Amino acid sequence: MTHVLIVGAGPAGIRAAETLVAAGLCPTVVDEGSRAGGQIYRRPPEGFARPPRTLYGSEADKATRLHDVFDGLVRDRRIAYHPETSVLGLHDGLAQVLGPAGVTSLPYDHLIIATGATDRLAPVPGWQVAGVYSLGAAQIALKAQGVALGRRLVLAGSGPLLTLVAAQLLDAGAEVAAVLDTAPWHAQLWGGMRMALARPFVTLRGLRLRARLGSHYRAGVTLTAIESDGTGPNAIIWRDARGRVQRTECDTVALGWHLRAETVLADLAGARFAWSDTWAQWLPETDETGRAGAGLYLAGDGMSLRGADGAEIGGRLAARACLADLGYPTDTVAQRHDLRRARRMHRFAKGVAKAFPWPSHMVRALPDDTVLCRCEGITASELRAALHMSGCEANRAKSLSRVGMGRCQGRYCQAAGSEVMAAACGAHPAQMGRLRAQPPTRPVTLAALAARTDTQD
Amino acid sequence: MRGNDPRTGRVQRLAELGRANLAFEFDGRAVSGLAGDTVLTAVLATFPDLRAAEFGPERRAGFCLMGACQDCWLWQEDGPRVRACSTPLRTGMRLRSTPPDGWPGALQ
Repeated sequence: MTHVLIVGAGPAGIRAAETLVAAGLCPTVVDEGSRAGGQIYRRPPEGFARPPRTLYGSEADKATRLHDVFDGLVRDRRIAYHPETSVLGLHDGLAQVLGPAGVTSLPYDHLIIATGATDRLAPVPGWQVAGVYSLGAAQIALKAQGVALGRRLVLAGSGPLLTLVAAQLLDAGAEVAAVLDTAPWHAQLWGGMRMALARPFVTLRGLRLRARLGSHYRAGVTLTAIESDGTGPNAIIWRDARGRVQRTECDTVALGWHLRAETVLADLAGARFAWSDTWAQWLPETDETGRAGAGLYLAGDGMSLRGADGAEIGGRLAARACLADLGYPTDTVAQRHDLRRARRMHRFAKGVAKAFPWPSHMVRALPDDTVLCRCEGITASELRAALHMSGCEANRAKSLSRVGMGRCQGRYCQAAGSEVMAAACGAHPAQMGRLRAQPPTRPVTLAALAARTDTQD
Repeated sequence: MRGNDPRTGRVQRLAELGRANLAFEFDGRAVSGLAGDTVLTAVLATFPDLRAAEFGPERRAGFCLMGACQDCWLWQEDGPRVRACSTPLRTGMRLRSTPPDGWPGALQ
């Protein structure tokens, strides 16, 4: 009996499940969300009233189609669906999962990982206070809960999400005091041209959104500090493109620099990784269809940061690769067509990465007393001081400084940690190595592990 | 506004206001949220933050809202801790910003 396990029910996981079901398989789908859709097409709880057009804008039809496809698979019992469930670890053909009923094991012989991405964060002095969020958090709060995370928000960082979240918040009636983009105009121009060549309409749509921000939007800024009082931020200090110091009053700051592929499970499953200068992060190595090893396939932003449309294509590609490896006849025409589309998505994504780069100079120049690790309040100077003991290797520096060892498991500090280390070592971040993934991938009590109930279905 | 105290709360409700009230407690104070709120939304609609940081002097109010950062854990009077961003509010929840008496390792 073939057991295909799909982790993640965003656009990639949904299309992968649909493709496998169409071939006659009954895959298992594990997802952390309570309703399928992923973060990009996240659905509010039952009983919320805003229509898809309000929630997803121009992408409303895509979102609705994906939700309908997945709900149909669940309704017709074509998949085994485990919502609100996290994969804690992978070992010997078993996925240890934590769900509403506790910890259990799910067997698999083929694994499709579609775990998406999180915001990529860079520290800003003062970012450890309550009221500083990720950009994704600001979007989730609005989309899934109908709230703004404060009365007067500043959005800062770079990437498509910066413009999108700002426009969505303004539309919803939130007060957005400023939208501060660290990407300089020249980078946006060069990257934007590549984006426009690959996907002119999508690029135009982004420009239209940007235009709606008007004078709220500033490019080429440097973030200096977040000022706060006892209850949270009260201003952000930044320098404009000409170097003039500016101060914008606010009570909430949302930060994010494009995306960080969520690769922990791919790592635990044995994928190999390579540093990408384009995306300034470690990414798993796969073939064009997402095949990362025997019985292991990756799809969506967790494989390569191609966005939601790229994730739908990637889900189908990975599922067809899986089917081919299982000896099923596959639609080679559709596969070739999707590969062509995936290449176009990839060219666009590289343009996005060029247009909205990781702010390495800003991170390298962080003052000593800046908190790098939000989880445990560890400063840049503590990491720098650990280097003479650890040497320039990320895992050793993590052991000695604890940057990367907190409860987020390095998801929000690894990029900055590597950059700060590389600056101190006079080296490139790739030479610092990659933090190894450590199970469990989410917090779990020993009581839950001890009470585990293993099923073999 | 229902399910909210905009004078003290951090989050501002912009939409979906036609939902039923749900009563719960936070640090012994009777408050209300709306059906469909996460614990995080419901608490932050009335309070400025969730709890103290363990490793610094500042307060905490969540960070990623997608279950990745583990910044928003809260205690309950009875029962396990909850990750506020991914736990739906239920009527009668008794939530705490500090560990309850008898919690293993609780500061005296």
